[in-house]
Amino acid sequence: MDRNAFFFQHYGLTERDLERYLAAALSAGGDYSDLYFEYLSSTALTVDESMVKSASQGISAGCGIRVISGERTGYAYTDDLSPARILHAARTAALIASGPAKTPSAGFQQKAARSLYPVTLPSVDAEITAKVELVMRADTAARAHDVRIKEVRANYADELRTILVVGSDGTFAEDSQPLARLNVSCIAKSETNSARGSSGGGGRVALDFFFGEKTPEYFAREAARQAILQLDAREAPAGEMEVVLGPGWPGVLIHEAVGHGLEADFNRKQTSAFAGLIGKKVASEKCTVVDNGVMPWRRGSLNVDDEGHATQETVLIEKGILKGYLSDKLSARLMGMADTGNGRRESYEHIPMPRMTNTYMLAGEDDPEDIIRSVKRGVYAVNFGGGQVDITNGKFVFSASEAYLIEDGHVTAPIRGATLIGNGPDALTRVSMVGNDLKLDEGIGTCGKDGQAVPVGVGMPTTKLDRLTVGGTAKRETGGFMQ
Amino acid sequence: MPETALEPQIETDLKELAQDIVGRAMSGGATAAECVIREGDEFSTLVRLGQVETLKEAGSRSIGVRVFYGQRAASTYSSDFSRAGLDRMLKSALELAKITSEDPFGGIPDPSQLGSLSGDLDLYSADVYSLPGEERISFARRAEKAALDSDPRIKNSEGGSFDAATGHKILANSHGFLGEYRRSYCSVAAVPIAQDENGAMQRDYWYSVARNLGRLESPEHVGKVAAQRALRRLGARKAKTAQVPIVFDPLVATSILEHIFEGVNGDSVYRGASFLAGKLGQKIAASHVTVIDDGTVVGGFGTSPFDGEGVPSRRTVVIENGVLSSYLLNTYTAKKLGLQTTGNASRGLAGTPGIGPGNYFLQPGPRTPQQLIGDVKEGLYVTEFLGMGVNLVTGDYSRGASGLWISGGELTYPVEEITVAGNLKDMFLNISEIANDLEFRGAVASPTIRIDGLTVGGE
Repeated sequence: MDRNAFFFQHYGLTERDLERYLAAALSAGGDYSDLYFEYLSSTALTVDESMVKSASQGISAGCGIRVISGERTGYAYTDDLSPARILHAARTAALIASGPAKTPSAGFQQKAARSLYPVTLPSVDAEITAKVELVMRADTAARAHDVRIKEVRANYADELRTILVVGSDGTFAEDSQPLARLNVSCIAKSETNSARGSSGGGGRVALDFFFGEKTPEYFAREAARQAILQLDAREAPAGEMEVVLGPGWPGVLIHEAVGHGLEADFNRKQTSAFAGLIGKKVASEKCTVVDNGVMPWRRGSLNVDDEGHATQETVLIEKGILKGYLSDKLSARLMGMADTGNGRRESYEHIPMPRMTNTYMLAGEDDPEDIIRSVKRGVYAVNFGGGQVDITNGKFVFSASEAYLIEDGHVTAPIRGATLIGNGPDALTRVSMVGNDLKLDEGIGTCGKDGQAVPVGVGMPTTKLDRLTVGGTAKRETGGFMQ
Repeated sequence: MPETALEPQIETDLKELAQDIVGRAMSGGATAAECVIREGDEFSTLVRLGQVETLKEAGSRSIGVRVFYGQRAASTYSSDFSRAGLDRMLKSALELAKITSEDPFGGIPDPSQLGSLSGDLDLYSADVYSLPGEERISFARRAEKAALDSDPRIKNSEGGSFDAATGHKILANSHGFLGEYRRSYCSVAAVPIAQDENGAMQRDYWYSVARNLGRLESPEHVGKVAAQRALRRLGARKAKTAQVPIVFDPLVATSILEHIFEGVNGDSVYRGASFLAGKLGQKIAASHVTVIDDGTVVGGFGTSPFDGEGVPSRRTVVIENGVLSSYLLNTYTAKKLGLQTTGNASRGLAGTPGIGPGNYFLQPGPRTPQQLIGDVKEGLYVTEFLGMGVNLVTGDYSRGASGLWISGGELTYPVEEITVAGNLKDMFLNISEIANDLEFRGAVASPTIRIDGLTVGGE
């Protein structure tokens, strides 16, 4: 194992200490215990009204200790990494079990891990002046895009999370996880209307990403374009209709409609609308959906999950057939399935659970233009805000922030933001065309579950659903869709 | 790096520490400084199908400092209270303040604005931790059991839970303000799953929350209500696309009321990012709509003796008889708008203060929710929203919903997979009636309300 491990160097931790803490955690029995050490360093900057109004930096560190006994989990954490405090937390977590002490396996094994984000200089340690330049350039570019852009706010945030996970089964994994994002939001005003637009991106990247690949100008122009477009948007139609989703961000459909419902904990407890459907048809045969934690530089990617297990690419739906779930250690053991490396947590204060990484639908064979041409009257939605799902009855929503009417095979007027609602287990059965243009989002997605937020990615190619309910306001006279 | 983390933890007086950090920031060259310290303990347990599923217990603390160099500001925070950790936090703040912009409206509140409400606000009760471990678990178990026992169609559950937490907050600034308060909280909840003969499942929840154990509703009551809420959703169908009167139950009406809060939030107002910007003194809601924010209510969930900047909490009438009478502001947004702070600053560990509610509510009307429903010939009773489809700039509103169909003044069958859409500017004007069932289950509360003119999107 790596003697250079961050926590060994900076906190004087030794292998002997780790064994002692794990033994204390198993002092009342239990099947498994693990320790999650975390040291998180972060920076955030905001420019508003062309001024850098806020700059902040911070450090948080701590250790979370878990004891699993059957289906039971005991958890305690401390933000003081002294041996006395960690031992106290270990004994608190141990209260979940009540039996003779168990002995953790002797010695640790560190497996060779991937290096999906080999950043030499983490952005959090980079010169703050370069980050100031990013937000100021975003401000300038958004304002320059159109005189009707009246307000611009740009945020830059980065972090470096250093973790060490050790388990009573000999697990030993460490990782250093950079994460950076740049967001721009604009307000456009005409004589009669106001509208907003926003854009952003990032990933597990170094600062130079924003000076080369995706510049502040790129995001600023996109945010400004959306705001200007919305100034003249019409009312959205209401009711069931054909819907075409553009490539990229609309993949939030996949995340909500099927992703959450396929997290193993919900299926183990039979609380998901997808429970018991493995091997069954849950989507049209044009749909293949994967969760892929091993994409280089991506926001949702991880070398190891927060239980120290290697991440992987997992096929969830293959040609319409449900193939598998996303699991963590607990669900994998209780369900007798493989651990897919999806055990994630927000921080050392949180118990890990099955979560998505980068979840998307694979490209199909249709030409995106043919897809649009095939629609007589419908909606073409290309950008989305958030979404939500009730995994038990399967109902999910996602909210379009940029969408257009399709009339006689042509994309026509922009429409105001509207929520789309559907039913997870059958929404994808209505997919009739899948484009050859798979795209992932720009890297700003955050997923919430049980109060825990983790960074994720979504994606999809241009996709046509034959029927989905659009939550607009337009009556027949103005939109032509009301029945 | 925290080289000294192995030092034994010294139980410092946190008030002295906050003052010391402010003093050291000032002697380091800051022209104003503010330090916040938060510490807290949490306990939670989840019982599922009668078995303990999780037990969690922990305490933590953190410290943050905000410094000004003239009109440049920056903030830093740390969970490391060692000498080295605090030195590093201060040094970073003082360096970071050099790269931010001169903002003529920046600064901490004037000394004359600082202060703290006197008297016992009844926010803290140590009894939330007084139960022995087994009894805490039993609260969770009883709530779930009541749900499971109430009907054979309740076949599964996401569990019953009991949570308790206490928090301690200290704030000090370079105008000599020093304040602290403690708050406690406990809650019991149940999340049962009902299943019909076709295997279709519906989940719902109910909970009780209080600042002390004595005020918590019985776990049995919570479990029973949760079960009824899940059961009434069984057999839900879609509704037809239509414009009909909609009655919103208190939980969903509260979320609508929150949009007014976001709309009068000074930060959105000065940027023109709110559909309510520039509307002060204008009629923005129906004439029976009065909305109040009151951070001074004894025992309230949104009560505190002072806000995130050390300004005493107060009562502000936001909408009076339909007319927008005040925005909700902190020091910065008040200065931007040429107004006075309303004592609504909320302070996280880092960044500039935001704006948060005190006890924020819609004043109740005279009639019962049943009477409101009874007036509706064909309409919708919404009990849950899904998603966040709200645009505060334009007021565009479009959310997923579920609930019960109203026919002939009666709740009939459950409906789901529908949307409710309109524009916030019209929605508040079209609140046709407010019921009498105001009850606080958090800092924001609304009675049942009826709104006309919204579009239901369905089949």
